[in-house]
Amino acid sequence: MGRIQLNKVTKTFGDVEVIPPLDLTIEDGEFTVFVGPSGCGKSTLLRLIAGLEDITSGSIAIDGNDATDVPPARRGLAMVFQSYALYPHMSVRKNIAFPLRMAKLDQAEIDKRVNNAASVLNLTDYLDRRPGQLSGGQRQRVAIGRAIVREPAAFLFDEPLSNLDAALRVGMRLEISELHKRLATTMIYVTHDQVEAMTMADRIVVLRAGHIEQVGSPLELYRAPRNTFVAGFIGSPKMNLIEGEEAAKHDAHTIGIRPEHIAVSADEGPWSGVVGVSEHLGSDTFFHIHQTGLAETITVRADGEVSFSHGDRIHLTPRADVIHRFDAGGLRIA
Amino acid sequence: MARTVTSQRKALTTAAAWIVGLLIFFPILWTILTSFKTEAQAIASPPIFLNFDWTLENYAIVQDRSDYMRFLWNSIIIAGGSTLLGVIIAVPAAWSMAFVPSKRTKDILLWMLSTKMLPAVGVLYPIYLLFIKLGLLDTRTGLVIVLMLINLPIIVWMLYTYFREIPGEILEAARMDGATLKEEILYVLTPMAIPGIASTILLNFILAWNEAFWTLNLTAAKAGPLTAFIASYSSPEGLFYAKLSAASTMAIAPILILGWFSQKQLVRGLTFGAVK
Amino acid sequence: MATKASRSAARLMMAPAVILLLGWMLVPLTMTLWFSFRKFLPMRGGDLGWAGFDNYARFVTSSSFWPAVYTTLLIVGGVLVITVMLGVLLALLLDQPIWGQGVVRILVIAPFFVMPTVSALVWKNMFMDPVNGLFAHLFKFFGAEPVVWLTDAALPSIIMIVSWQWLPFATLILLTAIQSLDSEQLEAAEMDGAPSLKRFWFIILPHLSRAITVVILIQTIFLLSIFAEIFVTTQGAFDTRTLTYLIFQRITDAQNIGLGSAGGIYAIILANIVAIFLMRIVGKNLDA
Repeated sequence: MGRIQLNKVTKTFGDVEVIPPLDLTIEDGEFTVFVGPSGCGKSTLLRLIAGLEDITSGSIAIDGNDATDVPPARRGLAMVFQSYALYPHMSVRKNIAFPLRMAKLDQAEIDKRVNNAASVLNLTDYLDRRPGQLSGGQRQRVAIGRAIVREPAAFLFDEPLSNLDAALRVGMRLEISELHKRLATTMIYVTHDQVEAMTMADRIVVLRAGHIEQVGSPLELYRAPRNTFVAGFIGSPKMNLIEGEEAAKHDAHTIGIRPEHIAVSADEGPWSGVVGVSEHLGSDTFFHIHQTGLAETITVRADGEVSFSHGDRIHLTPRADVIHRFDAGGLRIA
Repeated sequence: MARTVTSQRKALTTAAAWIVGLLIFFPILWTILTSFKTEAQAIASPPIFLNFDWTLENYAIVQDRSDYMRFLWNSIIIAGGSTLLGVIIAVPAAWSMAFVPSKRTKDILLWMLSTKMLPAVGVLYPIYLLFIKLGLLDTRTGLVIVLMLINLPIIVWMLYTYFREIPGEILEAARMDGATLKEEILYVLTPMAIPGIASTILLNFILAWNEAFWTLNLTAAKAGPLTAFIASYSSPEGLFYAKLSAASTMAIAPILILGWFSQKQLVRGLTFGAVK
Repeated sequence: MATKASRSAARLMMAPAVILLLGWMLVPLTMTLWFSFRKFLPMRGGDLGWAGFDNYARFVTSSSFWPAVYTTLLIVGGVLVITVMLGVLLALLLDQPIWGQGVVRILVIAPFFVMPTVSALVWKNMFMDPVNGLFAHLFKFFGAEPVVWLTDAALPSIIMIVSWQWLPFATLILLTAIQSLDSEQLEAAEMDGAPSLKRFWFIILPHLSRAITVVILIQTIFLLSIFAEIFVTTQGAFDTRTLTYLIFQRITDAQNIGLGSAGGIYAIILANIVAIFLMRIVGKNLDA
């Protein structure tokens, strides 16, 4: 079980309010991602749930029991840190066994669980090494191993992939998702990377300055961002936001159109502009279009084979059914 | 770093460095050599450098006459006891300052440092008086306490600078893993800080071993450590060079050996982290 | 960065160290302060009552006060000049690539580990003795009249002994500081055509300035209270009575606790003036 409820939780550091009153419920078994730019309070929020920081007011309940004043050691949560935070003086085996040793389990049970975790995470051959002798990916696995042996009510991940290189990151992303499917335990995952959020989450919590901007499944957020901040944050490349005359045509202060929802053509379309930088990824091509009269740059996704030269004047056609409309306050107009 | 130096120049600097090094070391070398001479050879004119009849008799006499072993034992107890006691008190304090810093942490650290700067002579009489009242005069316990107190700021400081290099996340991980504060300090922090703790112990042992104000003023025959043992040679036995040398060699040998291990930590410990 | 629970645990764990040091500082200090205002002669009647600022006035007006201040300044200043200057040179030398660097380093550092009573005695007898000392032999070898060091040149002798003890400290710290100098900076200066003397003056020395300051301040604090070196050599005779030693004599020889305590308060004030500067440097380093 692992249902976590935050009721009017606030956090202030000195005079700075990092988290204004915030309500959130994380359902049992859910993979929830906290995402937002750096300094949005997502890590603080995670540390409040972990109990590594006190909340200033409000309450936290885990599985219906008030955990506000319960020390981190007794909340039944496991955490994977950004730096992995492995114990450098202990072997991999001892690292993974540490929480079990603290829980005073008997040695046979500890061995069983450690071996089990090691085989799940492909660490069996490394059990007697020290963390210093492992690669980044292996360390990450040890950190995860240390978390899963405890069979916690929930896993907390604090930007666990940010220290890995790009290729490894994709692999670990899959492994963590895989793990979630198998364990079906609540996971809370903090990241600034919207790709991780989109690919892993059951539910995404977008945060800005301690405020929850929107909560929803990845596709809900993609399809119906509640405001321009979420619109710009979710999806890659970023949604194009256009103000002024063109927006007025749609009875909105701002309209948003995603790069993948604009068709390019050499000779026809309602909008036109000059091609700046083109990024060829093979499968896709991204064009950065200038001098459209709409916004400084309009980003457009086209098929990988499409090619224009720098300086070409081309035409753009937005898909009318996926134009997002926002009012002057940045809020979505239904 | 990656520059090549002509071997001619290297030979020159090597020669210079060795000459200077030996010159600085010479008084110690001379003392050690003299300790193996007979009294006559020790004051021979012109002085004999190496070709004398090596003898161990001075060591035997010194031990016989002034009971070197007792002073040595006192030194070990006093230096070791004050250092260990200091570390036991300082580890929790340094943990607090390094991992739960508050606005006052810096002030507390600096204040601790300032107590180290209190001139001993300024409080000689009060301490003497307290020692009499408490029956601590000329006891090892008394000196353990005083030396612990005068070195405590350095111990806290050194441990603090070492602890600060340990990432807080690892301690938080231990907390998440269900460790109590005691377990966190015992199983995670301490083993990780072993090198730092070891150097702290080493340096403070040396400082306590060589301390020569309180050890001279608060001890007599019973609890005197090696500093007092040597001071007793100031006259007239000092004129017996070979015995003086033997006694001196015995007083400094243990610490010279320890000192060689601690040279790297010395800078950090004695400058309170201001120079690394 | 922490919870209330860990903060209160932290306070609790800091308490023993803080309380002990607070006691160590306040109790004797208060007593010294108290005694300094009393006419207190344990051997001649004990506590003879309130003395006001008599002791303070008498301490500074006594004929031994200014000579003691002068001696203290000479010793501290002399040792500082010698150790810092030789220390810089030695550090530069040891920073060069040399064969057997580790051994040379150990040779240079060794004097620091010699207990003060030993170094004072060894120097006094085996080097500075006018008959059998090595210096006497050396002088005779060159046909000169041996100097009676600790009588005729007592102050320079003590400065020399203390400098020998503290040179390793200065060297070691300055060497550490030199080694932290980015070698690319020096190479850049070399590329810019700066000759080695200029490189020393404009790059190495400024880089060392902080370390030199630290050396000066820390040594000053220790040097202000040197004791054993005088205790086993001259016992304060021949113009080698420092402020520390004067206070020591007032208390132990003259048994005038009031007077000695007033002197102690002066010494504490003096040390604190130096300490304030040291703390500033150390404190700045804490924020970094």
